[in-house]
Amino acid sequence: MSAQAGPDSVETVACPHCDLLQAIPRLPPGGAARCARCASTIATRSTDPIDRPLAFTFAALFAFIVANTEPLMGLSAAGRHASTTIVNGAYEMWMQGQQITALIIAFCAVIAPGGYIIFLLTVLLAVRRPPAPRWVGELLRWAAFMQPWSMVEVMILGILVALIKIAELALVDPGIGMYAVGALVVLLTAIGITFDPDEIWRRIEWVDPRPSAGVARGTASPEARA
Amino acid sequence: MTVATAAQAGLVSCEACGLLSRPAGGIELGHCPRCGSELAWRRHQSVQRTWALVIAAAICYIPANVLPVLTTTALGSTDSDTIMGGVVFLYTSGSWPLALAVLVASVMIPLGKLMALTYLLITVQRGVPGNDRDRTRLYRLVEVVGRWSMLDVFVDTFTVALVQLQPLMSVKPGPGVVFFAAVVVLTMLAAMSFDPRLIWDAGSTREGNHG
Repeated sequence: MSAQAGPDSVETVACPHCDLLQAIPRLPPGGAARCARCASTIATRSTDPIDRPLAFTFAALFAFIVANTEPLMGLSAAGRHASTTIVNGAYEMWMQGQQITALIIAFCAVIAPGGYIIFLLTVLLAVRRPPAPRWVGELLRWAAFMQPWSMVEVMILGILVALIKIAELALVDPGIGMYAVGALVVLLTAIGITFDPDEIWRRIEWVDPRPSAGVARGTASPEARA
Repeated sequence: MTVATAAQAGLVSCEACGLLSRPAGGIELGHCPRCGSELAWRRHQSVQRTWALVIAAAICYIPANVLPVLTTTALGSTDSDTIMGGVVFLYTSGSWPLALAVLVASVMIPLGKLMALTYLLITVQRGVPGNDRDRTRLYRLVEVVGRWSMLDVFVDTFTVALVQLQPLMSVKPGPGVVFFAAVVVLTMLAAMSFDPRLIWDAGSTREGNHG
């Protein structure tokens, strides 16, 4: 395996926001490096890049299952009771003729967070023994694709606003699902803080095993070559 | 060390995994040796795509605010609410912090995003130098806050899902909801297709000419 991007070496990266080339020394655990020109975060080093996010992801999977099976809130008015789950929200929108909205809701509230958690869980389990096979990188890319569309924290604020609006009309009570969504928000934030994609990429096998023979090749010290 | 971008040094960084590599010659850059993603100097047709998505979102923004998002039927009377109607309802019912949250998320963020992206697109197209750092910061802000505009769509969904007590009271979604959701999705896609490195490219060539 190529040792070009070993954790002890100075690594050269280009800032994703302004393309400035910068050499990054080894960061202390928990450290982060900012771009000298545009101040974007260009590198982070997690204290514990595998086990901690893995623990949070397992907990998040559990919270996700509870959040999607238990009712979010119940409503009582004139002796009648009604309750709803997350999926039921999307289903009701579909039945009321808002199919596109229903699909967007289902994607942002269920599919994207669920996919993110499952892909991340698989990736973190697979990279425990590096080098991890290439399909792990594919899953990591899928997780990165899902992440911006996972809107659990927006949803919980939406549920709270809906509860307060409806409280004017009837008696509402938050359900177990609601607390599970709250826990999920906290856990997803914790994953975001502890997860370090750079560290994961270093543990995945390269698509072109021999960098010099491929279409493109990795360069750890571009200044030396230029 | 002189200030150089990866592109100036003939290097390309992978958008998926961040690996810096030297592409082979020719028009095609090939794929990233580590993760196999397609390499590109800049996001493909970034300006055109972002413009198309911003214009589409701006068109949807009008029906999203004019058409009702919720229709409440209670005891035989029917009431339709637009986004602003919902904000006013929250304010008059005494929960002004939530009214403010919905106002910021549903009205100010989408409008601010459209204006910010238009400003970034125009300055990039004209090659206006200066405030590069501030413009990059603005881009990051657009990327981070964009998702919060989905707030009202969630509020409407869970209101509709819960208040189904026929024949006593029921809530139906209005035609505005889908336009509002479309604004959020389109502006998020617009922010993703915009390449912030273009902000800096205009300045780098200028510096190069002076030096």
